[in-house]
Amino acid sequence: MSALLPAAMLLPLVAVPLIVLLDRYPNRREAVSLVTGGLLFALVVALVPDVAAGGRPAWTLAEPLPGIALAFEVEPLGLIMALVASFLWMVTTVYSIGYMRGHHEKHQTRFYAFFAIAIASTIGAAFAANLVTLFVFYEALTLSTFPLVTHAGTDEARRAGRTYLGVLIGSSIGLLLLAIAWTWNLTGSVTFTPGGILAGHATDGTVLVLYALFLFGIGKAALMPLHRWLPAAMVAPTPVSALLHAVAVVKIGVFSVLKVSIYIFGPALLTSSGAGMALAYVAATTILLGSLVAMRQDNLKRLLAYSTVSQLSYIVLGATLANAWGIVGGSLHIVMHAFGKITLFFCAGAILVASNKTRVSQLDGIGRRMPWTLGAFTVGALSMVGVPPLAGFVSKWYLLLGSITAEQYFVVAVIIVRPLLNAAYFVPIIYVAFFRPPASGVHGEREYGEAPLPMVAALVATAVLTVTLFFYPDWALALAEQLVGGP
Amino acid sequence: MIDEHLPVLQVVVPLLAAPMCLLLGRGTLAWGLATAVGWFALYVALSLLGSVPAGGEIRYALGGWAAPWGIEYRVDRLDSYVLVIVAAVGALVLTYARASVAREIARHQHAAFYAALLLCLAGLLGIVITGDAFNLFVFLEISSLSSYALISLGRDRRALTASYQYLIMGTLGATFILIGVGLLYMVTGTLNMLDLAERLPALGDNRTVLAAFAFLVVGICLKIALFPLHLWLPNAYAYAPSVVTAFLAGTATKVAIYVLLRFLFTIFGAGFSFSGMLLSALLMVLALLGVLVASTVAIFQNDVKRMLAYSSVAQIGYIVLGISLVSVTGLTAALVHLFNHAVMKAALFLALGAVVYRVGGARLEDMKGLGRAMPLTLAAFVAGGLSLIGVPLTAGFISKWYLVLAALEAGWWPIALLVLIGSLLAVVYVWRVVETAYMQPRPAGAAAVSEAPWHMLLPIWALVVANVWLGIDTDLTVGIAGGVAVELLGGAP
Repeated sequence: MSALLPAAMLLPLVAVPLIVLLDRYPNRREAVSLVTGGLLFALVVALVPDVAAGGRPAWTLAEPLPGIALAFEVEPLGLIMALVASFLWMVTTVYSIGYMRGHHEKHQTRFYAFFAIAIASTIGAAFAANLVTLFVFYEALTLSTFPLVTHAGTDEARRAGRTYLGVLIGSSIGLLLLAIAWTWNLTGSVTFTPGGILAGHATDGTVLVLYALFLFGIGKAALMPLHRWLPAAMVAPTPVSALLHAVAVVKIGVFSVLKVSIYIFGPALLTSSGAGMALAYVAATTILLGSLVAMRQDNLKRLLAYSTVSQLSYIVLGATLANAWGIVGGSLHIVMHAFGKITLFFCAGAILVASNKTRVSQLDGIGRRMPWTLGAFTVGALSMVGVPPLAGFVSKWYLLLGSITAEQYFVVAVIIVRPLLNAAYFVPIIYVAFFRPPASGVHGEREYGEAPLPMVAALVATAVLTVTLFFYPDWALALAEQLVGGP
Repeated sequence: MIDEHLPVLQVVVPLLAAPMCLLLGRGTLAWGLATAVGWFALYVALSLLGSVPAGGEIRYALGGWAAPWGIEYRVDRLDSYVLVIVAAVGALVLTYARASVAREIARHQHAAFYAALLLCLAGLLGIVITGDAFNLFVFLEISSLSSYALISLGRDRRALTASYQYLIMGTLGATFILIGVGLLYMVTGTLNMLDLAERLPALGDNRTVLAAFAFLVVGICLKIALFPLHLWLPNAYAYAPSVVTAFLAGTATKVAIYVLLRFLFTIFGAGFSFSGMLLSALLMVLALLGVLVASTVAIFQNDVKRMLAYSSVAQIGYIVLGISLVSVTGLTAALVHLFNHAVMKAALFLALGAVVYRVGGARLEDMKGLGRAMPLTLAAFVAGGLSLIGVPLTAGFISKWYLVLAALEAGWWPIALLVLIGSLLAVVYVWRVVETAYMQPRPAGAAAVSEAPWHMLLPIWALVVANVWLGIDTDLTVGIAGGVAVELLGGAP
């Protein structure tokens, strides 16, 4: 049983040399990615029964500093994160095969190799047992995704890469590392402990400053004003945007926020010190502003990026509310948003490969040519809005309950108003795609149909799962409820 | 039998091998001898490290003349720790040197070059091992004079001015140190460090002692290249032959910092040195200014060697900052960074040397497209750069972690923040190189470039592996540094 955890951690790393060696044999190279993805998911699933029964498999790799080990422990939140990431890696690999070949991208070996490293970092961060281990893999994720973001190698990609690295490394070294060192200085511990470790070691003012350092330091959570890297990163190939910037990178950000809130501060301390509420307002503001900016975007991927900025803050909001509903809602939203958003990105990529269109204003009538893709897009978009029976509704329901319990009516209002804004930018896309006639006689317009089969298969699968999760959220719910001590 | 003579062999073997290099005349033979001596010195240093008891020391009376009449060599754990740094960098750099020297230095000077390098090594090892203040000055001069010669051998004619500039500044520093040592001898009548440490407290607030202290601190800080006394360093590093730059960056300033620690903590004692907080505040401000100013200047350098030279000035700032906090954690941070910085800078300069070997220059434009042409060399450069930034799982992270902790412990959170801002500046200058190397194509019409030869890559990657190893297993660095820090603050050993 205990060998499962190290195996899950090392598996994607084993794939890297294989991918590099198979440079000249694309089919076998992609087969390695697929098989590793499948095995990794199987390994993570095999961890579920133990953790659901209250077990906490642990593994200590080394102890670089006295008292600070490079250690891993599987707890429910990390398991949710790892399940989502490993499952969607598998799906994304299928999709990438269609995309990278359909779009004739260069340097595909490098792409798959760094993709595997990025997933290994994600799994490492998900299972981290203390702040320093989390930080190690958080940074590894930033660095391993840099070559993916700048894959195109153009000037635009280079500029975007600078923003990406500047914001993420800047916040993590400047603020997060300081916060971690400060926590160690205050408590002599950095281990994630149920109930938190800071209570009794810091005054309310210190807690507030420290919490702000953590939340802004975790730049991957894209709390405004540290959100700029996310739209910048959209120069990446679409599978990267899909997996990394809808699932792995951003979710590791909000996952870290939840983890720090639950296991370092503890909900009780966040509530009593008022730090939670102060940051809840920042999150609520980001939700609103993110949506407003998204409304003004014409580039489809940038629109999705700002939508992500806004959705991420839901999860941060769940953490800052610091009550049972909020934490369960935040944890569930990691899952629910992942499936909806990856579907949307997959669709954007499919549209690009099939028709070479990137802007919303070009999408007139596209639904008739690509019915499957745009059908899936509709499902994803409505899940973002939070319409039942789609996954997005479940988590928002819990978050709403959480904000009502916390008696924060500004937050309640934000949660109610935001879907309207959301609908205001998604519904027009669906409308023009299906009901407007295709722009005729435009110069250079060519005949096109659906994107390559692997892409369509992947995006239909995630769309179907977005619906399924509404009806069967039990597994995630059961794990999330463990975080707050039972249902 | 041989074991008890290890302390003297540490110095005498490289010292005697130097003229033998000259006699051998031919470049390859001289290189072979020098490299063998380098590895022997490392073996001796490691054996000494293994045999020094915690808190104790090995004493060796030179020529059988007991102190205070004879010169005494004394090796405690701080000594053996620094000896290992110097000898390890020396051995690896010498192993790497042959091809690089053959490319950058005229053939008839090869033997003299290796002789000078061994003299420099002997001088640096001698500074560390000796227990006699005047003998320390002698070794300092041996290492300094040979390093002026080494720097002047650079291909660029500006190497001569750089060497001359260093000569002036270095001589000023050495003279100040000599005046300081002379004044101490005047009031105490001894040159033995242990006796000095015993007799100085009795003198109290003696003017002469204070003057000696001031001369020594300023003189040593010149050799350390502490901001704003660093002006000689960027030119010297930029124009010296690649091998020399890597060697000096890993050893010379480190040894100077060791001298500072010896005088401040062992001879004068922390109580005297830092009474009234004046020195502490002064060093702290200068160190922080050094970190910020030098890192910023590094960002605007077009020559990558020069950029790394400014980065060295900044890293020295970190080390001195750790010292200025006068706490166990602070000194641990300083000592750990002493080791880690030697390892990372040597790796970076050696990687850059491989670039010079293949491309012929180390300006930013020369680096274009090298990520594809020299993947292993550039990967090593990136690894060293990440360590410089302080990314976790590299040695640099461990240093930064202790430095930040030390600042927080002392309640100086703005300093912790400034240290981290320094890291971010490092991100900028390292990333300029990474971007150029990986994201810009080779200029049209440039000659094809191939990977560096394996005998250069081997030492480079040994240092890179050490960088990662010291980021994960810190028994060697933190383990020893922690103990040494306690010893230093506990008074004279």
